[in-house]
Amino acid sequence: MSATPTLVARAGTFFHRYANPGRFLKLGARLQPWLTWPALLLTLVGLGWGLFFSPADWQQGDSVRIMYVHVPAAMLASAGYAGLAVCAVLSLVWRHPLADLAAVEIGPVGACITALCLATGSLWGKPMWGTWWVWDARLTSVLVLFFLYLGHIALIRAFDDPQRGYKAAAILALAGAVDLPVIKFSVQWWNTLHQPDSITLTGAPTMSSSMLWPLALSTLGFSLGFAAIVLARTRAAVMESRIRSLLSSPRRRAGNASGDAA
Amino acid sequence: MTHLPYILASYGLATVIALTLSIGAALRLKKARMRLAVLERPSDRTTGATSSL
Repeated sequence: MSATPTLVARAGTFFHRYANPGRFLKLGARLQPWLTWPALLLTLVGLGWGLFFSPADWQQGDSVRIMYVHVPAAMLASAGYAGLAVCAVLSLVWRHPLADLAAVEIGPVGACITALCLATGSLWGKPMWGTWWVWDARLTSVLVLFFLYLGHIALIRAFDDPQRGYKAAAILALAGAVDLPVIKFSVQWWNTLHQPDSITLTGAPTMSSSMLWPLALSTLGFSLGFAAIVLARTRAAVMESRIRSLLSSPRRRAGNASGDAA
Repeated sequence: MTHLPYILASYGLATVIALTLSIGAALRLKKARMRLAVLERPSDRTTGATSSL
């Protein structure tokens, strides 16, 4: 009976260690180059390898090279939303102030990466399936994810009181997380035009290592890049919040008033 | 390459989105850092207080 509150309290203490803006900014500044430069390098190597050196597919020909952009974007679209759901839990359960700021910044980045996934999927679908779009379970569930991102972006800015916006958006992020398993298992649960997963956690990959390596590099590069962009935006948001509080501080306003009077 | 336009469009789109997001984030961070430095400088000078950030 007493174990659960203790665990929750301990987790809260752990997470609140990084709620201090100064500590977060210091940690973020130290972490930023370690995310940014490997992201740039891995993405360039992965995409360059995929575009120029990896073999063409025996069925799909060269259009399989779209995979090196589409698959990392698809993985990150879901992972980004999972990040939003984690932020929602941190915000609703522990009222973590940085979780709300991070959620505000993850939303637009996640929406862009989901849009990239949908667009590259269409660009891959046209030469392979003969159509830009089908109302297939996988495609439709990813489109729903894109709308969930847009809803989150709109909702978090829809209230005059930011705290109400954070709370409403956190509830939407948690409810929308139901879409993640639907996306993952849609190709197994329904008979879809989209191909089944080539890489699973339990089985060996069904693609050649000459394609798997560039895909792994570009996926890692995209993931680090996503983290780097979200970190940079969150650091900027923390600084902007500090700027707002400095500008509205009574001492500064008093200083301005005395300056005006003089 | 038979499907070159589709491949180029995919890679081009990825490049545009990546550049837009990363340059946007870098500029926003730079602007926030500069504004914060300007705001904190006078108060440090007059009161000798250290930043709570």
